[in-house]
Amino acid sequence: MSTAATANLLPEFERVSASLPGDARVAERRRAALARFAASGFPSQRDEAWRYTSTAGLARRKHSVAIDTPVNLARGRAALAAAGAWDGPQCVFVDGSHRPDLSNAVAAAGLRIRPFAAAVAEDGRIGERFAGWGGEELSPMISLNAAFAADGVVIDVADGAEHGEPLRLLFVMTADVRDRAVFPRVIVRAGQRSSLAVVEQYVGESAADGFTNTVTQIHAGEGARVTHYRLQDESPKAYHVGNLIVSQERASEVVSHSLSFGALLARQDIHIMLSGPESSVTLNGLYMAEGRQHVDHHTRIDHFEPTTRSEEYYKGILGGHGRGVFNGKVVVHQHAIKTDAQQSNKNLLLSNDAEVDTKPELEIYADDVKCAHGATVGQLDEDALFYLRSRGLDESAARALLTYAFAGDILGRLGIARLQKELAARIAGRLPGAAEFLEAV
Amino acid sequence: MATSANDVEALISKGYKAGFITEVESDTAPPGLNEDVIRLISSKKNEPEWLLEWRLGAFRQWLKKEAPRWAHVRHQPIDYQAISYYSAPKSRKDGPKSLDEVDPKLLETYEKLGIPLREREILAGVAVDAVFDSVSVATTFREKLAEAGVIFCSFSEAVQNHPELVRKYLGSVVPVADNFYAALNSAVFSDGSFCYIPKGVRCPMELSTYFRINAAKTGQFERTLIVAEEGSYVSYLEGCTAPMRDENQLHAAVVELVAMKDARIKYSTVQNWYPGDEEGRGGIYNFVTKRGECRGENSQISWTQVETGSAITWKYPSCVLTGDNSTGEFYSVALTNNCQQADTGTKMIHIGRNTRSTIISKGISAGRGQNAYRGLVKVTKGADNARNYTQCDSLLIGPKCGAHTFPYIEVKNPTARVEHEATTSKVSEDQLFYCRSRGISREDALNMIVNGFCREVFKELPMEFAVEAQKLLGVSLEGAVG
Amino acid sequence: MTMLSIRNLHAAVEGKAILKGLSLEVMAGEVHAIMGPNGSGKSTLAHVLSGREGYEVTEGSIVFEGKDLLAMSPEERARDGVFLAFQYPVEIPGVNNVYMLKAALNAIRRHRGEPELDAVDFLRLIKEKAMLVQMDERFLSRAVNEGFSGGEKKRNEILQMAVLEPKLALLDETDSGLDIDALRVVANGVNQLRRSDRAIVMITHYQRLLEHIVPDFVHVLAGGRIVRSGGRDLAVTLEERGYDWLKEEAA
Repeated sequence: MSTAATANLLPEFERVSASLPGDARVAERRRAALARFAASGFPSQRDEAWRYTSTAGLARRKHSVAIDTPVNLARGRAALAAAGAWDGPQCVFVDGSHRPDLSNAVAAAGLRIRPFAAAVAEDGRIGERFAGWGGEELSPMISLNAAFAADGVVIDVADGAEHGEPLRLLFVMTADVRDRAVFPRVIVRAGQRSSLAVVEQYVGESAADGFTNTVTQIHAGEGARVTHYRLQDESPKAYHVGNLIVSQERASEVVSHSLSFGALLARQDIHIMLSGPESSVTLNGLYMAEGRQHVDHHTRIDHFEPTTRSEEYYKGILGGHGRGVFNGKVVVHQHAIKTDAQQSNKNLLLSNDAEVDTKPELEIYADDVKCAHGATVGQLDEDALFYLRSRGLDESAARALLTYAFAGDILGRLGIARLQKELAARIAGRLPGAAEFLEAV
Repeated sequence: MATSANDVEALISKGYKAGFITEVESDTAPPGLNEDVIRLISSKKNEPEWLLEWRLGAFRQWLKKEAPRWAHVRHQPIDYQAISYYSAPKSRKDGPKSLDEVDPKLLETYEKLGIPLREREILAGVAVDAVFDSVSVATTFREKLAEAGVIFCSFSEAVQNHPELVRKYLGSVVPVADNFYAALNSAVFSDGSFCYIPKGVRCPMELSTYFRINAAKTGQFERTLIVAEEGSYVSYLEGCTAPMRDENQLHAAVVELVAMKDARIKYSTVQNWYPGDEEGRGGIYNFVTKRGECRGENSQISWTQVETGSAITWKYPSCVLTGDNSTGEFYSVALTNNCQQADTGTKMIHIGRNTRSTIISKGISAGRGQNAYRGLVKVTKGADNARNYTQCDSLLIGPKCGAHTFPYIEVKNPTARVEHEATTSKVSEDQLFYCRSRGISREDALNMIVNGFCREVFKELPMEFAVEAQKLLGVSLEGAVG
Repeated sequence: MTMLSIRNLHAAVEGKAILKGLSLEVMAGEVHAIMGPNGSGKSTLAHVLSGREGYEVTEGSIVFEGKDLLAMSPEERARDGVFLAFQYPVEIPGVNNVYMLKAALNAIRRHRGEPELDAVDFLRLIKEKAMLVQMDERFLSRAVNEGFSGGEKKRNEILQMAVLEPKLALLDETDSGLDIDALRVVANGVNQLRRSDRAIVMITHYQRLLEHIVPDFVHVLAGGRIVRSGGRDLAVTLEERGYDWLKEEAA
């Protein structure tokens, strides 16, 4: 037996545990979560769920859980500016800590937004939930977060409350401390027939080499509509492991958008539990990798109840030595008749050294279902390229335009015009030769 | 284990003798697997030293391996020490004297399959006359093949008569340590088929184990090796069409195909081993490693399989596309009814340039059957312009079965185009109703629709096989209509 | 003699009552047209007659040639001579058109105590019948309805009717989705199948079809019941005045 790779995280826990929020019961749960992480360690490539993604970089480093170090606000502000303007409500976190001075969260009727640390301190049940309810069996990374989660946000939406204006949660990583590790936790509880849109955005200073291990839990009550965005645009030196766990009750509708541009290693685990009849989910995703970037999306949708529906659209654009991984699993349980599950994953390889591994999976235990998935790997259409060039575009512009168009339908589903525009520019900015048509976008 | 050379020597000679004595008395080695048993097998077959060493090497590798656990199947652990690894062909007096003594249910199945009476006798293991028609048929075929220069014989004969060919190609596609079951087979394989098509020869007939009667008794660790030299062609039919009554017997076969430049191998299987009863008692564990290498440019290997039998099927007939412009194909129908489980699919490994592969998989789950497609399409860095198309459909009949799809796609070359599509649905009530409203019974309608679902695969089978496969599907689906 | 007798038929779909006391008598040799607005229960009637699941008969009876039709499975009805030309014929991939039809015909012939047709005789028969609906022979060897246009599907339905020679043919919206040329071909095919021992019940929304297949009787279905019966001229009135005046009368 090999010993589990935990880097220096066990001693780090002892060093900072007294500073972590929560009462004695929460502390006990943190310790139990740490023990679960310690037992398995960082996942190895022998785990089926991690066969294409190595955590060796994480297992090797000397993590700094610097929650006791004061935040360098000046650096935070600078990085914040780069994240793009936001005139709506937002909560800003610098190096994992909530900054009320940078936030402008609104108090609207039926909407309660509390910083995680404060929420856990005043409500022990949240502490119990975040460290017990979060589907730790899914990944040791979730246990790791449960042990260390120091800040984040808890959002409660009252029954029937509808909030059209999206709330942004902005996580900024500075290069102030080397090998920093942060563990944000976001909890969303959407009451019956309520609605909410949350945008999680992760950015960093270009030299920031931190490790973000974030967990978001969403509970959508009966008839609730929740839209969740995760925009991962950390520095190219960063490590980002994101988890999204969603449980849905009857007739709820959840839409998840996951767009991944940054980090050296980015991994998203998205787990949807359709636990109420007639609930539905749409997963929309786009990932780009260049240089030595590695980006991995693992999604799993459990259809537990009848007449549930899922749709999934993921696209990847891989250049440089970039590597994209997609694993989309759909499980239809025996009880879940009349399930409709559709999934599509398309990948574009732009360079000789780029690589993609995709694995769409169906596990079906009910007979009255309609399920389909498709996956493709390919390159730009030569005929389309030729057509554009024959109309006067130079080759790089033509390639950029077609690549941009490839991502188009994912962007088109975003629903927030402002985000759509910003991300369009972000994508175009990564495509050499895009300058020519960028103005037209 | 640190043992001195002398101890080993002593052990071997002691074990060997013991094994031999037992063997003389009963023609069967005692249950259990160790190096002595392997030496016994090798010596009984009068094998050359290198082959014994090869077997022993495989055995040592096997000891270090664990049985794979990733497949979507469940079964009790197999006690490999409880199996007897050598059994000389049973004398005829052991078998039933006539068809009257055979399980009527089995005979009913043969009847439905339209298997001729004479054949039914062999299949059921009835002691048949030594001057059986097919023996002479086999001889005629052999002569005709010899004229064309084709070598087609049992593996044991090949070891005696063509050792240089066997030595050159054995294990060259499926290395001894490839996987747990392949290693086991390499250590203890009993017999099987050997087939060699010389340069430029188009094999004058479809080769089938049927014409080589002794192959029917090659037991549970078959080894098949087919080599197609430059510009040659062969179509090989593997007829496991005999439902055999067995208790959870393990079949761990290995099939290796080698296609040289411009050669083409078409390998068709209709597998109908005993699936166990309605409650899942008994039945064959069919854990098979099949792999072909398109070694030369423009070569082609096609696998077509219809898997309706066995309690558990674990097999992935694969193509390693080494030669430029080579083509791999996999057409599969897998049906699981009652308590059957299947985890089957293919691997297409693109190595050469301009390589192409096609995967068409049709899974049918009925009763409590669990059916998984597992496939890998891998495009390595140098495989410019690789193309793959995969279509993978599952049909569900009844609320208690399962259908699962696990495709792996790994691409390291930007000029590759890989396309995978999969669907899962139940048999359409609309289609059933339409047929019934034209006067066709529900059962016939179901058969018709399921056969239609499999059509793309059946059309790849040689004519007689296709007809048999269709009938087989009907027989296997019995009781699946709600 | 009475071939089909529907008495006080009540039928529901998913608990919702659709047919509410429908009665109809059809004699051999007659052609009846059942017309009605959307949602009046026309398709439900066709489905109940053909034995489709999901339609619950809560009251009333259907007697076909002295037998209780409702007690019979779909295939038994077909074998006894009831044929439904579907509004939306289903596609069955991989199942050869001719093969399906041969299986159907032989099942019916067995039921009638007639010898089965062999492949040669059957092919001769189907080629002859295909001419009736001007169906290209290449469609015969394709999979059932797979990739057929709307018109081709409807022709295929009439071809099946011609081959299976039913006593009672139900044509469910056979004119829908057909252009005028295709309509003429289909109608012509049906007209050639009119016989003194065969009854035809056409279900249609528009009277357009009735210009080509002239019925002996026209019935108006509204609110789950036949609210008016008459001759050919009733259809013309409907075309001019629409269904609303009848609905008002029914209410």
